[in-house]
Amino acid sequence: MRPSVAANLINEVDFGTPIRASADEVTLTIDGVAVSVPKGTSVMAAAMMAGTQIPKLCATDSLEPFGSCRLCLVEIEGRKGAPASCTTPAEQGMVVRTQTDRLAKLRRGVMELYISDHPLDCLTCAANGDCELQDMAGAVGLRDVRYGYAGENHFDGAKDETNPYFSYDPAKCIVCNRCVRACEETQGTFALTITGRGFGSRVAPGPTSFLGSECVSCGACVQACPTATLIEKSVIAHGQPEHSVVTTCAYCGVGCSFKAEMQGDRLVRMAPYKDGAANEGHSCVKGRFAWGYATHRDRITKPMIREKITDAWREVSWDEAIARAASEFRRIQTKYGRESVGAITSSRCTNEEVFLVQKLVRAAFKNNNVDTCARVCHAPTGYGLSQTFGTSAGTQDFKSVDKSDVILVIGANPTDAHPVFASRLKKRLRAGAKLIVADPRRIELVRSPHVRAAHHLQLKPGANVALLNALAHVIVTEGLVNEAYVRERCDADDFASWARFVAQEKNSPESMEQHTGVPAADVRAAARLYATGGNAAIYYGLGVTEHSQGSTTVMAIANLAMATGNVGRDGVGVNPLRGQNNVQGSCDMGSFPHEFSGYRHVSDDATRDMFESLWGVKLDNEPGLRIPNMLDEAVEGAFKGLYVQGEDIAQSDPDTQHVTAGLAAMQCVVVQDLFLNETAKYAHVFLPGASFLEKDGTFTNAERRINRVRRVMQPLGGKAEWQVASELATALGYPMRYEHPGEIMDEIARLTPGFKGVSYAKIDAMGSVQWPCNDAAPNGTPLMHIDRFVRGKGRFMLTEYVPTAERAGALFPLLLTTGRILSQYNVGAQTRRTDNNAWHDEDVLEIHPFDAEHRGVRSGDLVALASRSGEISLRAEITDRVQPGVVYTTFHHAVTGANVVTTENSDWATNCPEYKVTAVQVRRTNQHSLWQERNALEDVSLRRIAAAELVPAK
Amino acid sequence: MSAQSTKLMTMAGQIADFFRAYPQDVAIRSIAEHINKFWTRKMRDTFLDLPEIRNGTSDPLLVAAAKSVRKG
Repeated sequence: MRPSVAANLINEVDFGTPIRASADEVTLTIDGVAVSVPKGTSVMAAAMMAGTQIPKLCATDSLEPFGSCRLCLVEIEGRKGAPASCTTPAEQGMVVRTQTDRLAKLRRGVMELYISDHPLDCLTCAANGDCELQDMAGAVGLRDVRYGYAGENHFDGAKDETNPYFSYDPAKCIVCNRCVRACEETQGTFALTITGRGFGSRVAPGPTSFLGSECVSCGACVQACPTATLIEKSVIAHGQPEHSVVTTCAYCGVGCSFKAEMQGDRLVRMAPYKDGAANEGHSCVKGRFAWGYATHRDRITKPMIREKITDAWREVSWDEAIARAASEFRRIQTKYGRESVGAITSSRCTNEEVFLVQKLVRAAFKNNNVDTCARVCHAPTGYGLSQTFGTSAGTQDFKSVDKSDVILVIGANPTDAHPVFASRLKKRLRAGAKLIVADPRRIELVRSPHVRAAHHLQLKPGANVALLNALAHVIVTEGLVNEAYVRERCDADDFASWARFVAQEKNSPESMEQHTGVPAADVRAAARLYATGGNAAIYYGLGVTEHSQGSTTVMAIANLAMATGNVGRDGVGVNPLRGQNNVQGSCDMGSFPHEFSGYRHVSDDATRDMFESLWGVKLDNEPGLRIPNMLDEAVEGAFKGLYVQGEDIAQSDPDTQHVTAGLAAMQCVVVQDLFLNETAKYAHVFLPGASFLEKDGTFTNAERRINRVRRVMQPLGGKAEWQVASELATALGYPMRYEHPGEIMDEIARLTPGFKGVSYAKIDAMGSVQWPCNDAAPNGTPLMHIDRFVRGKGRFMLTEYVPTAERAGALFPLLLTTGRILSQYNVGAQTRRTDNNAWHDEDVLEIHPFDAEHRGVRSGDLVALASRSGEISLRAEITDRVQPGVVYTTFHHAVTGANVVTTENSDWATNCPEYKVTAVQVRRTNQHSLWQERNALEDVSLRRIAAAELVPAK
Repeated sequence: MSAQSTKLMTMAGQIADFFRAYPQDVAIRSIAEHINKFWTRKMRDTFLDLPEIRNGTSDPLLVAAAKSVRKG
């Protein structure tokens, strides 16, 4: 039974041990009640299924049984002694008793020992009311501790408070090992251990502090701890929450479900929700802990306007701000033409909010100048997968990886960017699946505790297509194609053309080695493993898409999967790891300038007729401007007005100086955001945004899973973002009248075939639903292309390797590639306003020891990083994670300005920027760059807010 | 040539580079389809008005594809 999603305080059922997946059932009797369970399930879990909770401390169903606490003893007919129910599998015909006088005595004896070495400060303990030790003392009827409390104990152990989010108090530890096992089994980091022996056994993060250790602060240990040993500092500060609401994380595309645990409208804790299908009770440091930005003092909660960007902002009413925005857009369109304005939707916002903004553009602006930040991340995924498979989305659900035998990770760094999925992936690898990593850097997956890639294809930046063609060459020329699959599922002519193409000698690993830098023998071995190792799955990220051949790479990946028969069942597939929480959704909702929701082109008469009929307005049948085109036309003087919903293009988009030149050339920039971000420095109207805690709607994750986002506090600015979009459209002369975001989803369902069956009622009933969800698939579609591809026959595409124009040379001899790290998120607007800065408070430049020595650079030195686009200064970190000739940095900190250096190069099909390849030079310096100095001044001059006018006392 | 024109020419060249692996007739048709599908009226008009497209001195694939690119 699914618990209510808005109960007072949601407590999921804990079966004590995992319920095993088995087609066979066994029936046993527990306390006289017959119960049937999947074979392999423990007696403890079987008892819980029968409605009987056996006392336990070291067991919890997210972890394998351990059998150490000796509290879950039971009696089994025909067996001697009192076996631990957690480690005893249920068997057919077994007769179990969980409550006898003998068992009660044994359990009390165990509890006496625990309590004799546990502080009796329950009334002042932060876990009071949420402590399993306390619960078990009550459950076993403990009334006395015969040993007293004066014996040897651990009460004086020093607390470790180094982690900014949780505290470790060894005095309260019962050494149940749940935290250590959670770190190993759930997270896969192996940061925790038990030091010492016997009575001296203690939990420790190695010979260091928590902050100084390998700990990634995912919170799994805190979640698993049955006492107050590991506990959130927010709970210590505020006390136990009194109600909780299930909602969805607003960070990466994994889309974890959390219980927002509240005291009134104050968030006390984000606890990962066990019934969340994407995360199944796990979390990362961002979703679990980094939510303080939502109420950060930097939040702008009042609308503001100004005439010029050099003016101070002036706080105004919502009505005045919206009226100003509308009148300016209308003025501009009247003077410069209908196509002189546009909007950018946000992948941080809900489906409903995004849908309204693109509707505003099409129906109120009456053009198709709407784009979304997927332009700069996964637009090539949309193009590539629609060409080959027929739909713009990944093929699997996350749990599919549990069935994979070979996993190819290319251009993705899941442990940093999609950490909860990475934990699932590492679990499968520890169980024996083989791993191939294709990445210019030695990412953590290449070699980490109990995980080692079978092959690390450490290619040069920009050579993805060369590598994939070489892999395909081996598969075709060595007879490793799954002929039966291809014959049945794919277009024969296209396959034949492709096979001839990749079989050419120019595509062999030996020929491509000059481009990839990867030894041909490694490529051949990896290809054989992928093609013959069983279920083979490909996971990829922005290291694939953010290239001049990003779309080609996606198609080359799809080709590989089809050629080996690895699409259409569990454990296989092509899986884009989406960057932002709702980047899938923002694309689904019609945010691209050439298509409506559901990826239907604006020139399609039947589709346009449907939208025109429901929206009551004539729609343009011509594609609109993409973000880079908008900026280009702004610089040239033709594009004059932009509505930016929850994006910060002045920091996130490439070639910053071109972006800001475009913004500065516009006459009306409207920014809707939580903060006065970099883009807002160039804005004329600021509309306060709402954090995910203030939103009501849906996000769609990388699995196409539509999750509910539920409001837990009122919007600090007083309005939901969908209301603001509605009011702006209305002020523009196109009335929008919605009372609730559920009505917007109903409209989406009416207009979008893949969403036809989606409603809030269905999501609430099912927990989540994966599109397509319609008459053919009323409960959604976890796996796509099972019997046939969406487009019919799978289409092989020819993927000629075309080297990027961005080459290292005499002036710029190194190649820069950019990316993300675990503790920060994208432009850092959220995470920089949290204690995650404890791990990463500035962007640094990773440089290989060879290149560093050549330039006299030492770790910690300030270095100038220059490209043909611009120059910045940042500190160097010497590491062999990068190969010689390659440097790497992140773009999380606005003051660094990493995108000042990146160029305007972009993907041939989608204009997705080539963030991953920039020719640069590095040299020691002792000063910030000119751009950084100017930016620091503008941080002040373009962000001034006028003091509120004093109202005379009456 | 304006910066915008230079950029459009680069974009068109990249599109041609992708479809160059296909038979010529398929490549020409695909290039035109791609431009018609994703470029705005103004971008297409600017492209069609580029001297090297008009006088046929550009990449032959682009020159041929331009004949099927819609005017705004």
